Amino acid sequence: MDLNFSDQDLAFREEVREFFRTRYPQSVKEKQDSGIYLTKEDHVLWQKALHEKGWAGINWPVEYGGTGWTTAQKYIFANESAAHNAPRLVPFGLSMVAPVIYTYGNEEQKQRFLPDILASNVWWCQGYSEPNSGSDLASLKTKAVRDGDHYIVNGTKTWTTLGQHADWIFCLVRTDDTGKKQDGISFLLIDMKTPGVSVTPIITIDGIREVNEVHFEDVRVPAENLIGEEGKGWTYAKVLLTHERTGIARVAESKAKLASLKKRIESGTSELNDLSGNAVFMSRVAEAEVELKALEFTELRVLSSVATGKAPGSESSILKIKGTEIMQLLDELLLEVAGIQGLPFLPEQYQTGFDGETEGPAFAAKAAPVYYNNRKLSIYGGTNEIQKNIISKQVLGL
Amino acid sequence: MDFSLNDIQQMMQDSASRFITNEYDFETRRKLADSDTGYDEKNWQTFAELGWLALMVPEEFGGLGGTIQDAIVLQEAFGKGMVVEPFFATVILSANLINKLGHSGQKETLLPQIAEGSLKVSLAHTELEAASTPASVATRAVKEGSGYVISGAKNYVLNANTSDLLLVTAQTSDDSESGLTVFVVPADSQGVSFKHYKGNDGSSASNLVLDQVFVDESAVLGQAGLAADAVNEVLADGIIALSAEAVGIMDALLEKTNEYVKTRKQFERPIGNFQVVQHRIADMFIEKEMSRSMLYFSVLEPANAAEAQRAASMLKVKIGNAARLVGQSAVQLHGGMGITDELDVGHYFKRLTSLNMLLGSRDWHLNRLIAQ
Repeated sequence: MDLNFSDQDLAFREEVREFFRTRYPQSVKEKQDSGIYLTKEDHVLWQKALHEKGWAGINWPVEYGGTGWTTAQKYIFANESAAHNAPRLVPFGLSMVAPVIYTYGNEEQKQRFLPDILASNVWWCQGYSEPNSGSDLASLKTKAVRDGDHYIVNGTKTWTTLGQHADWIFCLVRTDDTGKKQDGISFLLIDMKTPGVSVTPIITIDGIREVNEVHFEDVRVPAENLIGEEGKGWTYAKVLLTHERTGIARVAESKAKLASLKKRIESGTSELNDLSGNAVFMSRVAEAEVELKALEFTELRVLSSVATGKAPGSESSILKIKGTEIMQLLDELLLEVAGIQGLPFLPEQYQTGFDGETEGPAFAAKAAPVYYNNRKLSIYGGTNEIQKNIISKQVLGL
Repeated sequence: MDFSLNDIQQMMQDSASRFITNEYDFETRRKLADSDTGYDEKNWQTFAELGWLALMVPEEFGGLGGTIQDAIVLQEAFGKGMVVEPFFATVILSANLINKLGHSGQKETLLPQIAEGSLKVSLAHTELEAASTPASVATRAVKEGSGYVISGAKNYVLNANTSDLLLVTAQTSDDSESGLTVFVVPADSQGVSFKHYKGNDGSSASNLVLDQVFVDESAVLGQAGLAADAVNEVLADGIIALSAEAVGIMDALLEKTNEYVKTRKQFERPIGNFQVVQHRIADMFIEKEMSRSMLYFSVLEPANAAEAQRAASMLKVKIGNAARLVGQSAVQLHGGMGITDELDVGHYFKRLTSLNMLLGSRDWHLNRLIAQ
């Protein structure tokens, strides 16, 4: 056991800092720092900046253009990135569909899809949940029926994040409804421009369009877009979900959030002015810090066991549960700091194009919408209740 | 000992439930919250006809002579409907303060107008730098000739966009609390400027700046420098009213969530069959009942002003805890649907969140309980 960074690690950290000084797109930085929501173009610009440096495929194998970073390097990058308030990379292409393609796809698929994912030339979205298949994802009903060298797809996917921007969607579809429900599921890539695909918005309680429903009506999809074997989609998706859950702890982000929370408490921008003198509130902040430290070391333990060749297992459920709980708690604490300045709904202040004077500090106007929106964290990627089922079944044998 | 409602309360409860059921479905409420005025004048006149606006007005001024204890049955119903009409601002805070503080001439002029629905009033008290206690009001009023010149800024003044009058709290001497004065200021007075907006919860509110606003001596509500106790009492009543609203919302959320888990099927059975879901709803139920008990304690037990202050803080803590658990659980158990704008559940959750932030949060009041 050793926590110290090697000289190479320290040199790497300097290189990362240099990157943020010189190559972090200024327009994105300004929006991030003033709390303006990013557009599609901003996300693309950010990923392209990383890609030019060769840093977009953080967890990808080197042979497909990945960084080949050690656990320590990934840790350093995540922390520097969060400390510089950089946006999270949109995960659907880079860390959701790409691992499935490079693990289970054929050579042609790898060459066709991976370079554009890495370079952010193509925007991907996820087609898993359906209106009647949420926690019980394996009950999904979107049908893909083989017709010559095509599949005909019919059904509806929901909670499709940023699907309004997407060029492609990766879907779990039902190719067989005879045997065990998990065994009839296949993993299919669908071009969003195919006739019969339509996207309708779902507005969330923070007043924004982030998620969508995606409808498929007799959509003809070339059979070459099937990943791996028919009926193996569930197995592939489970691997992907475990990947998703490792990233879902978002420790570096929470550390940055906590640091900025503490700074705001010191500067006293709240209604009740001296929150630092409120023992009740300060004890909640201290507890959040303790939990976050325990989570950080849990994540490090998982990552280092992954680095020695072990696939992330059910322990990633701990990361999902605790990671989301802590993020949600930090959102609550920030809302407390915003105080009565967190009460008004002023969405224009955090949209691209706003150049007026904010009513109150910019963070305060966004505090409540972010708190509301982030209630999704304990729901998506398998609810926290489902995660606890996984731990009790797969780890504890209950 | 008797926890049953008296005749007036029963009547209020019946008429309020009927109104919410028949006139105030979720889509109607959404349109009102989004409208410029943020409420429906027709509803306001209905409130007047039903006697609700006269509730806190003494009988001698054309009212029903009720107390905050009577108001909680209305507030509960308003919670279920997420009512956006300015009842809290005009009746619970303003009529109440005018009644507690005003001299008889002021009561005689203002209260009957409130009762009949022709006058709306907002309390302009909260300030950025100020806690919920009158002592920390920074707005100043300086004596000048036959009147006062008021300067300062107020935040999140509820329904100021449609109020005729503002009750502005200000310091009239340097002797902090003992110098608090309430001024009756017409909303269109020279020197008063507004930034109107909607709240996250659909409320209408405003930030306002008072720049050298001149008012006549007659604008002083009651006596200059002696408003602190009455303001404190009214704010404690405000906490009780908001808490009653929260209890109404928790009732609604429990009912809706219970219904949802009985019908939503996953793994070939209603999700309400899973014990983890059952226990979570049981926790919601427990917290909601504990909240109602705390609400009754706060209106029944305190025997003097100091006890009422402490009871209000205790209530705010209990409601804050319960509302957090009930609101978050309702969203969680509805899954993604819980955070859609389309469904009412998320809107109840937002209102509960805002209620915690009004008149001092759960953390602020818990800290005050420790300090006392």
